[in-house]
Amino acid sequence: MQAVFLVIATLFYCAGSIGYFVYLLRDREAIHRVSWGILFVGAVFHGAAILLRSLGVGYLAVTSSQEALSFFAWVFVVTYLLIQLRLQLRILGSFVSPLAVVFMLLSRLLPAHIIPKSGIFQSGWVIFHVTTLFLANALFALAFSVGIMYLLQERQIKRKNFGYLYSRLPSLERLDHINYICLIIGFPLMTAGLVTGFAYASSIWPSPWNWDPKEIFALITWFIYAILLHERLAVGWRGRKAAWLAIFGFSAVLTTFLGVNLILKGHHTVFIR
Amino acid sequence: MYHIVLLGMNHKTAPVEIREQLALSCRQHVSPLQLIPHLPHVDEVFFLSTCNRVEFLFTCHNRNAAIREVKAQLLTYLGNALQNLLDSHLYFHENLEAVKHLFRVSSSLDSMVVGEPQILGQIKSAYRQATECRTVGVILNRLLHKSFSVAKRVRSETMVGSHAVSISYAAVELARKIFGELKDKRVLLVGAGEMAELAAEHFLAQGVRHMTVTNRTPERAFELARQFKADTIPFEHLVDGITAMDIVLTSTGSPHPLLRYQDVKPRMRERRNRPLFFIDIAVPRDVEARINEIDNVYLYDIDDLQGIINLNREDRKREAEKAEHIVSEEIIKFQNWLDTLEVVPTIIALREKAETIRQSELQRTFSQLSHLSERERQAIEVLTGAIVKKLLHDPILFLKKKANRESKELFVDYTQQLFNLSDGNGMASSSLTHGPPDVNSETKILKNIKK
Repeated sequence: MQAVFLVIATLFYCAGSIGYFVYLLRDREAIHRVSWGILFVGAVFHGAAILLRSLGVGYLAVTSSQEALSFFAWVFVVTYLLIQLRLQLRILGSFVSPLAVVFMLLSRLLPAHIIPKSGIFQSGWVIFHVTTLFLANALFALAFSVGIMYLLQERQIKRKNFGYLYSRLPSLERLDHINYICLIIGFPLMTAGLVTGFAYASSIWPSPWNWDPKEIFALITWFIYAILLHERLAVGWRGRKAAWLAIFGFSAVLTTFLGVNLILKGHHTVFIR
Repeated sequence: MYHIVLLGMNHKTAPVEIREQLALSCRQHVSPLQLIPHLPHVDEVFFLSTCNRVEFLFTCHNRNAAIREVKAQLLTYLGNALQNLLDSHLYFHENLEAVKHLFRVSSSLDSMVVGEPQILGQIKSAYRQATECRTVGVILNRLLHKSFSVAKRVRSETMVGSHAVSISYAAVELARKIFGELKDKRVLLVGAGEMAELAAEHFLAQGVRHMTVTNRTPERAFELARQFKADTIPFEHLVDGITAMDIVLTSTGSPHPLLRYQDVKPRMRERRNRPLFFIDIAVPRDVEARINEIDNVYLYDIDDLQGIINLNREDRKREAEKAEHIVSEEIIKFQNWLDTLEVVPTIIALREKAETIRQSELQRTFSQLSHLSERERQAIEVLTGAIVKKLLHDPILFLKKKANRESKELFVDYTQQLFNLSDGNGMASSSLTHGPPDVNSETKILKNIKK
């Protein structure tokens, strides 16, 4: 059942992306509404699949890279759907939905190791740790998309060479502002997620800090975003540099999230492989 | 048979002196109402006069006579000296060609600046005047309403109207792409010439509330500032002034750049890297070109802006082709409607005949049955009405269905013979414009024919 739901969700995400691609070419509000609706239905199926799986195993089902990425894709889509309602920046969908499809398809390719069921998964700490971090990452992914939009638009204006996207993309200030909002909400969530992670680590292992690759990369990522936020608030960094750093930051997120799971091994692999 | 005729001249066919003269005298003397007595052969007339065009749109039955009258009318405005020239400046469209021309005019495809939005407003106000004077009837009413909806379609489905036309407009559009909302942005005008004034108007129209003017001769700056409720700063403080600004528009006659790289670069940190947009419309330039290299600083000079405008012209041409396609589609729809028009008089005649019979029969019956109560009388009225309506329903539907066929005249003819109707077409064609009681029922029927 879950497998069927996942396939359906993937198909809906693909259809939604195609819809948003058409929207990129043709500026009709109806196309956007339909695409949004398709993504929404996809997210419902996807959510149902995750729920069924989690109920089946008795804890939040994110213990394989496949499940984790799939869960992340779901959080990302839901975040987008909600934020779209608030922002009304329709063109954002054209940049976000392909990313969701990539995550979803990638998750199908990743190994689905079954980790022996263990009591340590069932802690509320884990749920909090995972949800806050994934929500933060979803916001960072959004900042990543907006950063790309910013760079595209900035380049056209700076070089005085206007392509098709010029009229479709919103103003630079607006994109920069969204980037900032994603950062300012994402960063505290990320911090909270890391703190709970360390706290839980200290309760099941001798020390909160164990020189685990996951921990090291997470901290690096945290520092990247901390620098970005600090520079924005204190020095007034904005625009191109901020957009680049948001893109760089998200690649660090991906490294921490996937690279470490798949390539480097550490004792975090007790939770996820 | 009626004709739809359009006579006119525009920027392509007539030199500006003639257009001026005509537009001027037309605007002063002509209300459509005054035209009517001079044009006995014209049924409906609509008249439009703008600075780039004069158009007479009318319907008539005797087209040659009507055209002669309209031309004579034109000459009285222009003076007889132009008699020989007039024909070479006029264009003349008939029926569907006239419809096409009107659609193209209203959707701004025939304008000097293709896509400019004013023309639709001008047509609308001319139409309002015509309806007030009741010089337009069923056909022109429908035609003009259709031309509004064509214009609306063209505007919403193509990008004909959405591109920058003038330098200052292009500059304001760019500013919107950088800043989004311009309401809370600060604009500094360096130089207080005509260009600055024009740009200031555009910015004002975009809701900019904080404008500052600086000029080498302060008097002119004060003058402009008063006009736009702006502040002024001394010209010597210009370089420091940019720290607080978001948009700087320079248009001075200075032979050397006023703002240099080293002036702006350090000030970006002070302004916490908020974007700064320089619009330099001065020749020679007032702002050093290298400034564009600074992060979050954008510099456009007059050539860059000109480039955007040229680019837009290309786009506009492509979009205009799309618009022409919409116009052709709508012409076909209008043609279909016109076709139904020819069966309408017969339908009306049919209904009228039935109603007359019903009324006279009712009267006879009621006079014989004087004891009937009010309720019973009403019941009989309703009953007879229903019988007539149901009986006529099918023939009418049949006629409407055949309206778009080639053979409709045959069916109209049969219907008239079958019900022994007097010459329906002749009667109703006059009622199209002159018979006020018929117009209502006619419009009702036309509305029912949803084509």
